[in-house]
Amino acid sequence: MTAEPRAAALTIEGLRVSIGGHDVLHGVDLAVEAGRVHGLAGESGSGKTMTGLAVLGLLPHGSRASGRIAFGGRDLLGMPARVLDEVRGAKIAMVFQDPATSLHPMLTVERQLTEHMRHHLGVGGREARDRAAGLLAKVRIPGPREALKRYPHQFSGGMRQRIAIAVALACDPEVLIADEPTTALDVTVQAGILRLLRGLCDDLGLAVLLVTHDLGVMSAVADEVSVMKDGLVVETGPRGRVLREPRHPYTRSLLDALPVPPAGENSP
Amino acid sequence: MIMPLTGPLLSVEDLVVEHRTPGRPVVRAVAGAGLQVAAGEVVGLVGESGCGKSTLARALCGLHGAASGRILVGGHPVTPLGLRRRNPALTGVQMVFQDPYSSLNPRRRVGAQIADGLRTAGDTATSPADVLERVGLPRAFAGRYPHEFSGGQRQRIAIARALAARPSLLIGDEPISALDASAQAQVARLMRDLAMESGAGLLFISHDLSVVRLIADRIAVMYLGKVVETGPTAEVWADPRHPYTRALLAAIPSPDGAGVLPAELPGDVPDPADPPAGCRFHPRCPLAMDVCREREPDFGPVACWLHEPEPSSLS
Repeated sequence: MTAEPRAAALTIEGLRVSIGGHDVLHGVDLAVEAGRVHGLAGESGSGKTMTGLAVLGLLPHGSRASGRIAFGGRDLLGMPARVLDEVRGAKIAMVFQDPATSLHPMLTVERQLTEHMRHHLGVGGREARDRAAGLLAKVRIPGPREALKRYPHQFSGGMRQRIAIAVALACDPEVLIADEPTTALDVTVQAGILRLLRGLCDDLGLAVLLVTHDLGVMSAVADEVSVMKDGLVVETGPRGRVLREPRHPYTRSLLDALPVPPAGENSP
Repeated sequence: MIMPLTGPLLSVEDLVVEHRTPGRPVVRAVAGAGLQVAAGEVVGLVGESGCGKSTLARALCGLHGAASGRILVGGHPVTPLGLRRRNPALTGVQMVFQDPYSSLNPRRRVGAQIADGLRTAGDTATSPADVLERVGLPRAFAGRYPHEFSGGQRQRIAIARALAARPSLLIGDEPISALDASAQAQVARLMRDLAMESGAGLLFISHDLSVVRLIADRIAVMYLGKVVETGPTAEVWADPRHPYTRALLAAIPSPDGAGVLPAELPGDVPDPADPPAGCRFHPRCPLAMDVCREREPDFGPVACWLHEPEPSSLS
């Protein structure tokens, strides 16, 4: 990969992961910059999600990772779990695909928003509640104070994903890893979540690693696009270049496989 | 297979389906929906989650009783499923459910589950392996259990099971949303091809508009329990007339690399237990007029006061 013009918030170099002796990542290089959305595209099974999970040390049991994941001058891969716990959830947060399963069904929204906040930041109950209400307002949940007392099942899918994003933002992270954050949602709701992600990235200077298989989503919010295939990044570059003049044949075949021709003639 | 001599294969008129929960207000999930599917036709039913698509599908195959309205399949009214033997005319309605992880019995071999469908149709000549072959799976899979397959393969098995019963109407209730992106288009195309091959009608329910565009002949857009626009897919796509259809299509991000954020439809789907007065879409509609707040547009093919049919064409 070429030299970065900006300081990268998170750099992944030569990341290799094997699960049960079977290699799933063969040396992934990625750099996510502050205030930018880095999109990671590819078919299912290409290792997109594994790359995200490796950053947070959430790889399945029996997997081995090597290479380097640099964050704030430290290598996350070599870190003992206790040190890593200070980083993950606080400095690096994750949003998962399905908000119905990533939120705890039996805890109130307040509990889920404040628990890690109180642990990582050491704030008191009242302050945590105020911050939680502020976060819900930031992700545009109507009536944030009342929403705190409710349970996830009382919200629609889009609202749940907004809450999941609020949970991820609770400790002012520097890096947000969003793994297919809109795949389970309707297009109209997806549009709202994409706008929200873009806004958070611009306003808070978040570095966002957006994992998605949807090249339309990618085109809408990502600044940089990386395309993965069989555990390798085959192409990286600015959004416009990769999606309009792909250099790698695999990227071209992905674009050609789209049901809607990429001419953008679907706007009413 | 029972084929109607005249009229559409499936005809839904003013269907109302209600969910009743003790201590809660009655939810009208389907509130006067109308829909028609002809034999050999693929109709795509689209809409946001919570608009009543799945409830409509469940009512069509008798899994949910209708509060009022009519559902006719080949001229026979659909009755709720019971323990008694089902009218053979109605076994022609077969459903493929959303989640192939829960719609297949984990403790029975795949072949035995497909054989159920064959028995329903009274088909003794075909073997489950033959049906598996038609959905593009090896014949040997009949002896295996569902857990040995991936999501895409399981959905093919669920399709094989529905197909074994010789359906005259195949209903797919979000059959691709639980699948990987790469398997989605394949399974959708497979359903279309198989329905076309057997001359059956296909009602394909999905919230993924790009896939519906790919396979449907006609498209029906549903909002809060009502069908608000129907028309040939290409026509609706090129010239959506209902403001809701426009908003839906505008929300699809296009992969052109331009970095344009898709248009957002403000607000959420209203609570179906307490629908707004007048047109159901008016609180979110950018073009709402006074009449929209007062009277509900109950005409087709576009249920919107902007597209009111001429009085002459009504009479």
